[in-house]
Amino acid sequence: MADAAVASPVPRRAVRTAAIARAAGRAGAVVAVMLALVGLWELYRWIWSSAGWTWPFVVDSTSMPHVWTILKAFGQPAQVNQPALINILLHKSLFTAKEAVVGFGLGAVIGFAIGVVLVHSRLLQRGFLPYIVGSQTIPILAIAPMVVVWVNPKLPGPFQGWGAVAVIAAYLTFFPVAINTLRGLQSADPRALELMRSYAASRWTVLWKLRVPSSLPYVFSAFRLAATASIVGAIIGELPSGLQSGLGGAILNFNQYYSLEPQELWATNIVAAALGILFFSVVVLLEKAVVRRAPENVA
Amino acid sequence: MSVSDTDPVVRIEGLTKTFARGNVTALQDIDLELMPGEFVSLIGPSGCGKSTLLRVIGDLVEPTAGSVTVNGKPAKRARADRDYGIVFQDSVLFDWRTVAKNIGLPLEMLGWDRDKRKQRIDEMLDLVELRGFEEHHPWQLSGGMQQRVSIARALAFEPALLLMDEPFGALDEMTRERLNLELLSIWQQLGSTVVFVTHSISEAVFLSTRVVVMSPRPGRIAGIVPIDLPYPRGVETREETRFFELVTQVRELLRSRGEHLLPEEELGLLEAPE
Amino acid sequence: MSGLIVTPSVGRRAARRAGDWVPAAVVFVLAIVVWEGAISAFHIQQFLLPRPSDIVSTFWTNRHTLWPAGWTTFKEALGGFAFGSLGGVLVATVVGRFRVVGNALMPIAIAANAVPIIAFAPIANAWFNPLSSTSKMAIAGVLCFLPVMVNTMRGLQSADPRQIELMRSYAASELEIWRRVRVPTALPYLFTALKVASVLAMIGAIVAEYFGGAFNALGVLIRSDAQILDFQTAWAGILVASLLGLALYGAVVLAERLVVRWTPATREA
Repeated sequence: MADAAVASPVPRRAVRTAAIARAAGRAGAVVAVMLALVGLWELYRWIWSSAGWTWPFVVDSTSMPHVWTILKAFGQPAQVNQPALINILLHKSLFTAKEAVVGFGLGAVIGFAIGVVLVHSRLLQRGFLPYIVGSQTIPILAIAPMVVVWVNPKLPGPFQGWGAVAVIAAYLTFFPVAINTLRGLQSADPRALELMRSYAASRWTVLWKLRVPSSLPYVFSAFRLAATASIVGAIIGELPSGLQSGLGGAILNFNQYYSLEPQELWATNIVAAALGILFFSVVVLLEKAVVRRAPENVA
Repeated sequence: MSVSDTDPVVRIEGLTKTFARGNVTALQDIDLELMPGEFVSLIGPSGCGKSTLLRVIGDLVEPTAGSVTVNGKPAKRARADRDYGIVFQDSVLFDWRTVAKNIGLPLEMLGWDRDKRKQRIDEMLDLVELRGFEEHHPWQLSGGMQQRVSIARALAFEPALLLMDEPFGALDEMTRERLNLELLSIWQQLGSTVVFVTHSISEAVFLSTRVVVMSPRPGRIAGIVPIDLPYPRGVETREETRFFELVTQVRELLRSRGEHLLPEEELGLLEAPE
Repeated sequence: MSGLIVTPSVGRRAARRAGDWVPAAVVFVLAIVVWEGAISAFHIQQFLLPRPSDIVSTFWTNRHTLWPAGWTTFKEALGGFAFGSLGGVLVATVVGRFRVVGNALMPIAIAANAVPIIAFAPIANAWFNPLSSTSKMAIAGVLCFLPVMVNTMRGLQSADPRQIELMRSYAASELEIWRRVRVPTALPYLFTALKVASVLAMIGAIVAEYFGGAFNALGVLIRSDAQILDFQTAWAGILVASLLGLALYGAVVLAERLVVRWTPATREA
């Protein structure tokens, strides 16, 4: 930070103008990418349908609806006497976001706690790390029904129904956080550790004054993965739990009508994608605010 | 080598180098000739462009103006002909190669066959006294040993010219002095020409036939000190009166330019182009 | 000599490596005992969480349906893993050659990585024959593609500039620099991504099956067992899925050990 101030004797206003210009450029790039994707989609459609190619799949208005058909679907009600699809989808994504955020929080806390415990004992690491890695090979969708049946009755009123989904989201979230917290806590500079030892600092002090600060870049890098994972977990968790209020339920529902109205499933998936990117961006912004030093190759 | 004894190995004329980024003049109007078998040190404070000068000789940095010839041909051609070997401050060894394979890297590039490579690698291992370590990976070696591998790699294809960019800068004093002695004996065995960039006055005086003192901003040659200490030089050379006189002479030359030796920090802009 | 290297004898090293696994084995045995004991002690209903012994015996009685189903799913995952990873490496290699294109593409790839791709499984089923394995392979493939591409590109770009400078001092061609510097640098990055991809492939295949697939596939089997509250068989199916997932993951780890012998991970071992 200080270096930047010394190196650029440019007035602050100019810096701000440059920042605005950069942001505008970035927004322009996003729009350009969107337009390019739309163009590619329609071009692919046109080539494949006019050439009659059937590989890898038959292109028609069911498999690849026109972009404008999908956009139009947002403005129309999916069923009679209902608000426009976009309204419904926004409500549903709010519900899914709630599950994801709670799951993210739960998973982050558990993951962080696991990292903190494991960093203090090589024995515990040897004992538990293989199973933490192994836990991710358990197909989450497969255990979702059991989790729902199991967790739901134990939940207090306000968490009924969606609480179990949040637990499933947490199951996907905790893993990257635990692994990276452990790595981050271990990344503390050994000389700094020696310095702390010279102060006769307690384990607790070393943890909070040294290990946790040096772990932050790693932890936030895990949060980025976890952001996506928690949305995936929330959507997957809704599938077997029979919840109709979220995006997962909507996907399941519109899937049944896909051959008739494919644009509605597409619209839902676009919203799901946007939600994933949004959550990811929020975490990245949060990271920028908390971690000043850019981490290198922490993945 | 078809270079006769009277032709310089390196001829630098009117060399100027400016970096567009930051608008820094790294080198200005440098003229220098290096004769075969010379050991020339470039010394000067940080930012005097000595590393840049070394890289211009090696055609790793393009000069803005002036000409550089190596073995009588343009520097670019000399690089293509693999006329020189280079050693960096960090050994720049490839982690994924064993010691033997690191030394053999330039030989692979030259298309030597396996047997010929093996034979040369063995010779090099003897030369830098690393027998028994050929199957080790670089991270299993100490800093001094890593640098010896790096030197062996640079010498493996017997280049007539050896470029060394602060090769012992990161080592402790005792290791550095031992490697100084080893380098001198290797140089005398092979008779190659050496360009040696350093921060250390005593190292420059101890090793060189000539010391080129540079001054910074813009990088210029402040003066050249011929070192008339007899070879072979040894531990006792550092205790001779003449040695101290020459060290003082170089130090005075550095000081007269109104610049003090900065600590080891380097101007990243000048030292690491690209 | 400052670099004294201690090379433990092969026997001692093997013994130490076996010793590394003792705590994990202890935890395994303890977990099974606690699991069995808790079910008896707290009278947990069998249909929610069966005993491990029951799961194993259910697996054994149903092995003639479970194992072929697992194999079907595994083939889908493997196909997706192979195609997705290969595609990721190819795209990263081609695009990585042009720095500008790579830098422009990176944010798009990162954004795409933030998309819950599994949500697109029903569309993949609609594109291809839902009973075929192609749609599952496609989803598993897309899931694998992104992390492999992003990491390979990052790896190819993180070559040490000084090593490249050294290669240039040998007048090395771009191809030689790529072969001798960029590829070895990228390999550890690639394997990190392949490990992630191996887990994703199995999960992707099972989720895709959830939206419809041939009846003899693991995802379909687990779902229908859970629906009729036959949790014992569902758990046996999960056991098969985990074992196969671990096998794929383990294969990648083994390949990494064989190929990347120089990184810190292998240093510790």
